[in-house]
Amino acid sequence: MARITAGVATSHVPAIGAAIDNQKTDTDYWRPLFAGYEESKRWMAAHTPDVVILVYNDHASAFSLDIVPTFAIGCADHYEPADEGWGPRPVPTVQGHPELAAHVTQSVIEQDFDLTIVNRMDVDHGLTVPLSLLFGQPKAWPVKVIPLAVNVVLYPPPSGRRCFELGKAIRRAVESFDEDLSVQVWGTGGMSHQLQGPRAGLINSPWDNAFLDRLIEDPEGLSRVPHLEYLREAGSEAIELVMWLIMRGALNDRVAVRHRFYHVPASNTAVGHLILECAP
Amino acid sequence: MALEKPYADIPGTTIFDLGQARKGYHLNQFCMSLMKPENRERFKANEDAYLQEWPMTPEQRLGVIDRDWNRLISLGGNIFFLAKIFSTDGRSVQQAVSSMTGMTQEEYAHMMSTGGRPPTAN
Repeated sequence: MARITAGVATSHVPAIGAAIDNQKTDTDYWRPLFAGYEESKRWMAAHTPDVVILVYNDHASAFSLDIVPTFAIGCADHYEPADEGWGPRPVPTVQGHPELAAHVTQSVIEQDFDLTIVNRMDVDHGLTVPLSLLFGQPKAWPVKVIPLAVNVVLYPPPSGRRCFELGKAIRRAVESFDEDLSVQVWGTGGMSHQLQGPRAGLINSPWDNAFLDRLIEDPEGLSRVPHLEYLREAGSEAIELVMWLIMRGALNDRVAVRHRFYHVPASNTAVGHLILECAP
Repeated sequence: MALEKPYADIPGTTIFDLGQARKGYHLNQFCMSLMKPENRERFKANEDAYLQEWPMTPEQRLGVIDRDWNRLISLGGNIFFLAKIFSTDGRSVQQAVSSMTGMTQEEYAHMMSTGGRPPTAN
């Protein structure tokens, strides 16, 4: 039987990818950020799963304004890094897991979540930066990946409540897959940031840290926070954080915190990161 | 009955909702076209001519020529779409974003390195 062993939350700032790709991780600006992921890479090396269900948002790369799916699951056998305007990131092709993806898709739709099915797409920094942060620069990614793209760009995104419940549905789906696979769910994006208008640059560290606390201890209550609070308190792009609730919904009610890191800034953004194990 | 838009009064902030997306549809789709290297080359070679191929408003075209991000946001642009323009220009997200705040890029970078814009007056 497949099982969900752990969850990872991390920001997916594109400048982090650029720093890795351009060998700038050891500069004064970037060193403190990457230091926060050293422990994570060690943990990951010892706990590499077979498959990662990677919750992220597409940033106008695979999805233009022609079609904007709220939840889109990748069922393909591979995904190429997207050209976001400066050429694709020099990272490996992402290998999918079409069998588990098809199983999860059928199960989750039958649990009343109307996923959009994607059989071909490129994946942008939202998906590849987290892989780089946790796995470094390997020749091939050491895991299969099922991309789960969530619309958080065109308002309104799905509610925190809906995301949390989707996580629970994914958990049930994974646990009904016959093959013996270890699966992690990653939630990416955030934390506080605003990339537009005169209020750009907003960072709210107390709010972010309260979010991390509640994601660990009180995800049910956190899932009821309305979108307006994210936008007002943590910036227009902080709404990406609803994706972390999908990850959290897929874990046990009680989790063990293996790593917690928070850093300001990466470019315009507050970076948050958690590794949560399903406590037995 | 009209839907409530309780996010409309957040200072210095435009939420990219369906109304904005409708206004900015062609502008944002033009931005998407810059994901192809051959389109980036054509755009760089003659911006006016390239922009004429898209049914945008004259104001939107001028906003692109001027790289006036605040104006483009108000005309229905979204930052992740507009990013294709400043990536084509070889500029970073922080360079573009700082220009919307009335600060110099240096002042903005300093603000970010010292904890970011404080969450007051929300």
